[in-house]
Amino acid sequence: MLYAILCYHDEDMVGSWSKEQDAAVMKKLAVVQEKLTKQGRLGPVARLLPTTAATTLRKDDPPLVLDGPFAETKEQLLGFYVVDCKNLDEALDVARDLGAANPGGAYEIRPVGVFNPGSVAP
Amino acid sequence: MTDTAWIDAALTSARPQAVGALLRYFRNLDAAEEAYQNACLRALKTWPQNGPPRDPASWLIMVGRNAGIDEVRRHRKQEALPEDEAISDLDDAEEEIAERLDGSHYRDDILRLLFICCHPDLPATQQIAMALRIVSGLTVKQIARAFLVSEAAMEQRITRAKARVAEAKVPFETPGAVERSERLVSVAAMIYLIFNEGYSASGDTAEIRSPLCEEAIRLSRLLLRLFQSEPEIMGLTALLLLQHARAAARFDADGAVILLEDQDRSLWNKALIAEGLALIDKAMRHRRSGPYQVQAAIAALHARAEKPEDTDWTQIDLLYGALEIMQPSPVVTLNRAVAVSKVRGPQAALDMIEPLASRLSNYFHYFGVRGAFLMQLGRNDEARVAFDRAIALANTSAEAAHIRMHLDRLMRDSKPAAAKATK
Repeated sequence: MLYAILCYHDEDMVGSWSKEQDAAVMKKLAVVQEKLTKQGRLGPVARLLPTTAATTLRKDDPPLVLDGPFAETKEQLLGFYVVDCKNLDEALDVARDLGAANPGGAYEIRPVGVFNPGSVAP
Repeated sequence: MTDTAWIDAALTSARPQAVGALLRYFRNLDAAEEAYQNACLRALKTWPQNGPPRDPASWLIMVGRNAGIDEVRRHRKQEALPEDEAISDLDDAEEEIAERLDGSHYRDDILRLLFICCHPDLPATQQIAMALRIVSGLTVKQIARAFLVSEAAMEQRITRAKARVAEAKVPFETPGAVERSERLVSVAAMIYLIFNEGYSASGDTAEIRSPLCEEAIRLSRLLLRLFQSEPEIMGLTALLLLQHARAAARFDADGAVILLEDQDRSLWNKALIAEGLALIDKAMRHRRSGPYQVQAAIAALHARAEKPEDTDWTQIDLLYGALEIMQPSPVVTLNRAVAVSKVRGPQAALDMIEPLASRLSNYFHYFGVRGAFLMQLGRNDEARVAFDRAIALANTSAEAAHIRMHLDRLMRDSKPAAAKATK
């Protein structure tokens, strides 16, 4: 089953990391990703730009365009992984591995209902 | 990452909110800073053991406020501070604290903290130093290094600025809409100053000074998070991101300036450009243009061009035209002339800058640009005069070196011609 691992973190704090700290975290995360890729279990991965770059479309009638993220929360959605796991335990193991590489914040583990791999690559 | 580095980042990110709230409680900058320092000391003691709290800012405000109140009491009764154990169970009460802290003050607290740094009596350099010390929490040593002055000199500068601010009455009431937007304008200008202080560095100091650019971007993003729908703050943030994206390509190995059209565009930072372009897109939707948005739009046109010859100079000319109306200044016209030279040729550009001569008679870039136009027109003797004047006015050795490059080219170009003439 595919699981989405949604990464939440205080973006002010992530933004306060030094370049070296940020690079060190990304490097450690890459190791976890590589392992998953070798096992053929890694789907799309994304690191999102800051929430200041976000725009929200509220589906009112007519739809309303708002600046900023949908939810104002202490921790913000900063990225996500899609990983193939047998069950929740396995998905939690992946999240723990990612968590060891990237301190603070939280991961939301959500089973994927419908998945369309798409065709766009940056 | 070590625990300490992690905690440092948490303290840095919580600082504006925590010091801003403590300033509201104590109405005194020194007291607020001292309370915050005390809270940080406790954080360094307890966070490595218990792990940092989920909301570091609320924790620091709560502990800082208690420490500050204790300080007042201690002065009164000469009593000892309470033991650390007395506050060691704070983590359990965290949810409650977070709720008790008034979230609605958050925005104005940070804005006030930034605003007191841009007091109109303070010269620009003092404003910047204050903001870096008080809001960003850089050490005096770090700031002195970025400003290329001694630590003692910087210490004095900050002390003087603080004394000035203390004399001036900082309003603590929640600002009204008009006042809030006035504060926002001052703060945006100050953030831009911080950025320019780093951006205008010469090649040999660019690396030491680039933290100023990074800090300005952090503050600008913070301001935008507080005021999500302000197109000018989007414009400011976009402008800083797009300019800073070129940092790695702006100087050669010897520290000499590399002009935009000669830069290796593969060195431009794509993530910063993407963020800048996204913000410009968002800002444009508001149809409330302003100087930061226009400047960011110009930077965006450069960023979008994969090769220099892809640059949309016609559009850049139009945008500078808009900027001339918003912020009439000979420097803006001078910049516009560069775009005009690409669209309508060097003669049109030269005609455009002739009337600026008296007002820019001591401005390095005026003579650099004028010399370049004259050189394109083949008026080499006049070009040489302009370049000589530019070198005399150069602010940095890199600027002078760049003009000397033009002069060398003029020499090379004119030599064969002279040889021909003697035949």
